Amino acid sequence: MNHPLMKYLREDWLPTVLCPGCGDGTVLQCMLHAVENVNIDIRKVTIVAGIGCHARLGTGHIAADSMWALHGRALSIATGIKLVNPNLHVIVLTGDGDCGSIGLSHFVHAARRNIGILTLCFNNSIYGMTGGQVAPTTPQGTATKTTPHGNLEYALDLCSLAETAGAPYVARWTTAHPKQLTKSIEKALQRKGFSFIEAITQCPTYLGRYTLRTTRASDILRWFLRNSFSIEQARKSDPEELAGKIIVGEFVDAPKPELAEQYQLQLKKLGRQPKRLSPE
Amino acid sequence: MPEVGGIFIQMEDEIASVTSVIGASWAGAKAMTATSGPGFSLMQEGIGLAVMTETPCVIVDVQRLGPCQGLATLPMQGDVMQARWGSHGDSRSNIVLAPASPQEIFNLTIEAFNLAERFRTPVIVLSDEIVAHMRERVIIPPVESLRIETRKKPDISAEAFRFHKLAGHCVTPMPALGDGYRLNIVGHLRTEEGGVNISPQDAPQIAFKLLTHLSEKITAGQWEARKIRTLFAEESKTMVVSYGSTSRTVESAVKEARRAGMKVGCARLVTLWPFPDEQLQTILEDVDNVIVVEMNLGQIVDKVREIVGRDTHVTHVPKVGDLHTTEELLGCIKKLVA
Repeated sequence: MNHPLMKYLREDWLPTVLCPGCGDGTVLQCMLHAVENVNIDIRKVTIVAGIGCHARLGTGHIAADSMWALHGRALSIATGIKLVNPNLHVIVLTGDGDCGSIGLSHFVHAARRNIGILTLCFNNSIYGMTGGQVAPTTPQGTATKTTPHGNLEYALDLCSLAETAGAPYVARWTTAHPKQLTKSIEKALQRKGFSFIEAITQCPTYLGRYTLRTTRASDILRWFLRNSFSIEQARKSDPEELAGKIIVGEFVDAPKPELAEQYQLQLKKLGRQPKRLSPE
Repeated sequence: MPEVGGIFIQMEDEIASVTSVIGASWAGAKAMTATSGPGFSLMQEGIGLAVMTETPCVIVDVQRLGPCQGLATLPMQGDVMQARWGSHGDSRSNIVLAPASPQEIFNLTIEAFNLAERFRTPVIVLSDEIVAHMRERVIIPPVESLRIETRKKPDISAEAFRFHKLAGHCVTPMPALGDGYRLNIVGHLRTEEGGVNISPQDAPQIAFKLLTHLSEKITAGQWEARKIRTLFAEESKTMVVSYGSTSRTVESAVKEARRAGMKVGCARLVTLWPFPDEQLQTILEDVDNVIVVEMNLGQIVDKVREIVGRDTHVTHVPKVGDLHTTEELLGCIKKLVA
C-alpha cells in the first residue's frame, strides 16, 4: 500500500539525501498534510527553495512545480513569481542560514511588502549541509564544529524579526509539535498575505553530536518538548525563566491587504489587465 | 509600468532585482532590470542562475568608471568582459548588445527581448554613462510594426517534457510555472529530465554536455543578429573599431579624415558577445592598420588582435573617464595613414 501522501511526491526520485533521524522529513510531512487538508491543487503550487538540506528535500521530491535556486534568494525569486501570477500558491522553503543569514534582507523585505508567500523555515540552528558550522541562529554558548569552545554571539530570533517587519502571520513550532505545525501551515495556506512559520528541526548529525552529545533523534525531540514554552506562558513569565527556552505558538495573526492582489486592483483601476504570456 | 499593464517593483538590492526577474520570467512574463556597474557586479550571481536555468531576461548595465565606487558621473566601457564572463563557472551564454544612441537603446532593448526568448538566455544591453544621459530624438514606431518574438510553449504532455535537450543546439520551448509540467528548475547540474541525483561517474560527462549546450546554443551558426555597422569599409586600408558612445567620436573623426583625403573607415560593434568574429574578419581582411578605440584599458582589443591577419598592425587607443576627442583620434589616424 502506498503512503497516503505519496501522490504529492515523485516516487521515482526517492530516497532523499537526508541523514537518518533528520527532522526535515517531519516538516515536509506536516506541509503535505496541510496541503491535503485544505485541499489545494498541487499543480497550482510552486515551491521555491534556497540552498540547504531542506532545499534538497523540498524541490525535487515534491510533485509540484519547483525551483531550487540560489542560497538566500528564494524569497526574491518567489516575489517575482507571485507578482506575475497571483493565482499560484507560492511556498518558499528556506533554512535558518538561507533566510536568517545570506537572505536576511530578502526575508525582511518580503515580510514588509506583505507579498503572498508562505515561508516555511527549517531551523536546525546550524549550517547542516556544509558540515555543522556556527550559524546566526546557533544559541549562545553552543559548541559547534567551528566554535568548539562555545559560540560567543547571540542568536537571531527570526520570528520577532518577521513580526517587526510587519508579517501578518508568524508562528514557531518544533518537530516535536507536528499537529500544531500542520495547523499553522493550513492556516497560512488559506491566508493571502505573507506568512512566516519557523519549524525548529533536529540535526542529529551536527547539532545533536556536538551540542547535545546525542545522535538519537528521539533524545533531541524530547529535549525540544522539555525546552518549549508556549507564547502564552512566555508572556506571563520573567525573562530569566525564558533563557535558553524555545518559545512556540502563534506570534502574529493579523491579516492585511496583500501586495500582488493590491497591484492587480491598481491595474484594474487604471483600466489595464496585466500582460501575461499564458492564459489562465 | 502599470499604464501599459506591466508590473514594476523596487527590490531591496540588485541581487533581489535580478532574481525576481528570473522568477517573473518563469511565471510567464517578459522581465527586465537595469543597473550600473556596481549593481551589475552584484547581479552576476543571478545571471549565472539565468544562464543555468535557461531563463530569458534582459539586464541593462549602464557602465560607469570603476572598479568599485570609481566615480558615478564619469563614463567608462569597463564591463565588456564582465558582461561576458562575470558569473563563475565558465558561464558564456550571455548575449551582449552595445547601443550608441538613445534611438538604439530603444531598438536594442526590443532586440534584447527577442534574442532572450529565442535563445532562452540573459541578454545584456551594455550601455554607458554617456549614451544613457544623452538627449536625442527617438522615434517610437507603432507596436504593430515591431517584430516581437513570443515565447514558445511546449505542445507535449508533462510526461514527455524534457527540461532541455543536450543535442543539436536545441532551445526547448519553456512552460510557465502552473502550466502543469511539474517543473524542477535548478541551478544545479541536471539530466535532460531535470533530475539532480547524478552519480559521480556520470557527472563529468553530463556537465560537459550541459556546458557545451549552454555555450553553443548561442554560437551555433552565423545568426543574422550579430551586428556590425560600417562606414567607408570598402575602400579603406585603415579601419577604426569601436562600440557604444566611443564610436560617435570615431565616426566624426573618420568623416573629417575622409574630407582631408585619408582612406580610413570605421566599424562599430553592435553585438559584442558572442563576438562577431567572422563578420569582423571579413571587414578587416585586406586592411593594413586597425585602430581599436575603447574607453577602458583594453577589453575588446585582444579579440581584434586574435582575428586579424599577421600583416595587419593593431593600434590600441585607450582612455578612461571621458570620450576621446576628435583631435586625438585624427592625430592617431594621420600618423598611420600618412
